[in-house]
Amino acid sequence: MLTKRVIPCMDVKDGRVVKGVNFVNLRDAGDPIELAQRYDEQRADEVIFLDITATSDGRKTTVDMASRASEELHLPYCVGGGFRSVDDIRTMIAAGADKVSINSAAIADPSLITTAAAAFGTQAILCAIDAKQVPGNPNKWEVYVHGGRKATGIDAVEWAAEAAKRGAGEILLTSMDRDGSKDGFDIPLTRAVARAVNIPVIASGGVGKLEHFAEGILEGEADAVLAASVFHFGELTIREVKEYMASCGIPVRL
Amino acid sequence: MIAVVDYCKGNLKSVERGLRGVGGDAAITDDPAVIAQADAIVLPGVGAFKDASDTMQATGQMAAIRDALSRDVPFLGICLGEHLLFSEGAEGSDAGTNPSGLGIISGVVDRLPETDAQGKRYKIPHVGWNSIEFDSTNIEDTCPLLAGIKPGEYFYFTHSFCAPENEYTVATTTHSITFPSVVRVGTWIYGVQFHPEKSSDAGACVLKNFLNIVRSARG
Repeated sequence: MLTKRVIPCMDVKDGRVVKGVNFVNLRDAGDPIELAQRYDEQRADEVIFLDITATSDGRKTTVDMASRASEELHLPYCVGGGFRSVDDIRTMIAAGADKVSINSAAIADPSLITTAAAAFGTQAILCAIDAKQVPGNPNKWEVYVHGGRKATGIDAVEWAAEAAKRGAGEILLTSMDRDGSKDGFDIPLTRAVARAVNIPVIASGGVGKLEHFAEGILEGEADAVLAASVFHFGELTIREVKEYMASCGIPVRL
Repeated sequence: MIAVVDYCKGNLKSVERGLRGVGGDAAITDDPAVIAQADAIVLPGVGAFKDASDTMQATGQMAAIRDALSRDVPFLGICLGEHLLFSEGAEGSDAGTNPSGLGIISGVVDRLPETDAQGKRYKIPHVGWNSIEFDSTNIEDTCPLLAGIKPGEYFYFTHSFCAPENEYTVATTTHSITFPSVVRVGTWIYGVQFHPEKSSDAGACVLKNFLNIVRSARG
C-alpha cells in the first residue's frame, strides 16, 4: 500500500539553509545537503529545498546545490522558488532535481505548467499554492503570490483543479493563515483541495505537534505532510512523527 | 563499464552516482557504439513512452540495446526503462498504433486506473513509497536482484503508467491495481518500476545486487 509521506522543507538562500536550524551534531548547520542526509537517516520520504534567493548569482549557487544533491542524496528532492520559464526549470532538472515547484510564475502564465509537464513529465512538476482564507467566508480561500505578499483574486480550490488539469503532478498547498502558527494545518482548506484534484496533495503550514501530522492525513485527506521548523529545531524527529502516524493507523514507511 | 543510457529523459546523474556509490564503474552515454561495448546496460528514465521510443530508434540506441541483450549483456531497466522492455506502450498512441519498445516481453504498458475494482478513487501519478511483495523462497536464485530484500520493503515510485501482467513478474506492488514492480527475463534482464537510486538503503542494496550480477556475467 502506498504510504503517506513526511517531508521536511528547507529554506535555502545562496546555497545555504536559512531560518534558524538548530540540529544536534551537524558539522555545518547551514549545509542543506548535510541536513537532508540527516533527514534521510530519520526516514524522511523526500525533501524540499525552497530557494529564497533573489539574485541571479545566488540562483546559480542553488543550481550547484541541486547538482550536489543529486550526487549525495539517495532520496527524492524537489527545488522550489523563482522559476520564471521552462528554461529555468530545465536548468534545475538537468542539475539533478527530481521535481520543481512552480508558484507565482504559474499564476502569471498557467501554460507554463502545461509546457513544463509536457517537457519533463507530470511527476516532475509540483504546483505550489499559497492560500489565505477570504475574510467572512470560511469555505473560500484566495491564492497569494510573491511570497504571500500579493493577492490574486483567484480561488485556491479552482486553481488547484486547473493546475492538475494542466499537468501538475502534485499540489503543494500552504495555508498562509496557519504558516508559522503551530496551530495545525488548515483542515477545511486541505480537504477542499484534496477532494478537488486527483493528484497527490502535500499539506503545509501550521504544524506544531504530533497530532497535527495525523490530522492533515486523516481529516485533511492529504497524501503527504510537510513541516520545517519543528524538524529543524529538533522539537520533533521525523521518526517520532512517523511512529505517531502509524499508531493512528496511517500507513507510513518506518 | 556500465552504460547508463541517455535518451534525454531526465535524471541520470542520480542513477550514475547510485551505481558508483556501491562500487560500480558507470558512465552516462547516448552513443550506440559505447552501449555496444558496455559490460552492462542501465536504462533509466521517467516520462513518455513514445518520446523515449522515438529518440532511441532515431539514435540507434534501440538496436544497440537489442543486440546487447541477445548477447546476454546484463540489463536493468528503471521505471520507463522497465516499460521499454515491453513490446508496446499506450502513451503517445497514434491512430491506434502504439509506439514500440524493445519487445523482450510482449504486452502493452498502459495507464494506471484511477479507481480500483470497488470503485475507490486513487491519486495518479502514483507517487511515494510503496512496498513490493514477492515469494522470498530461494530468491538468491530466482531473482538475485532482490537478494537481501524482504517482502514488504518500501521503494520510491513515481509513475502514471505500469507494466501489464506477464509471466516474468517477480514482485508486485498495489495501488489502484496490483502491477508488476520487478520483472526478470532469463538470467540477465531485469526491470524495476521503482527508483532504486532514490530509495535510500533498500535501493542501494538493489543496485549492489545488480553489480554482483554484472560481475557474475563477466565470470
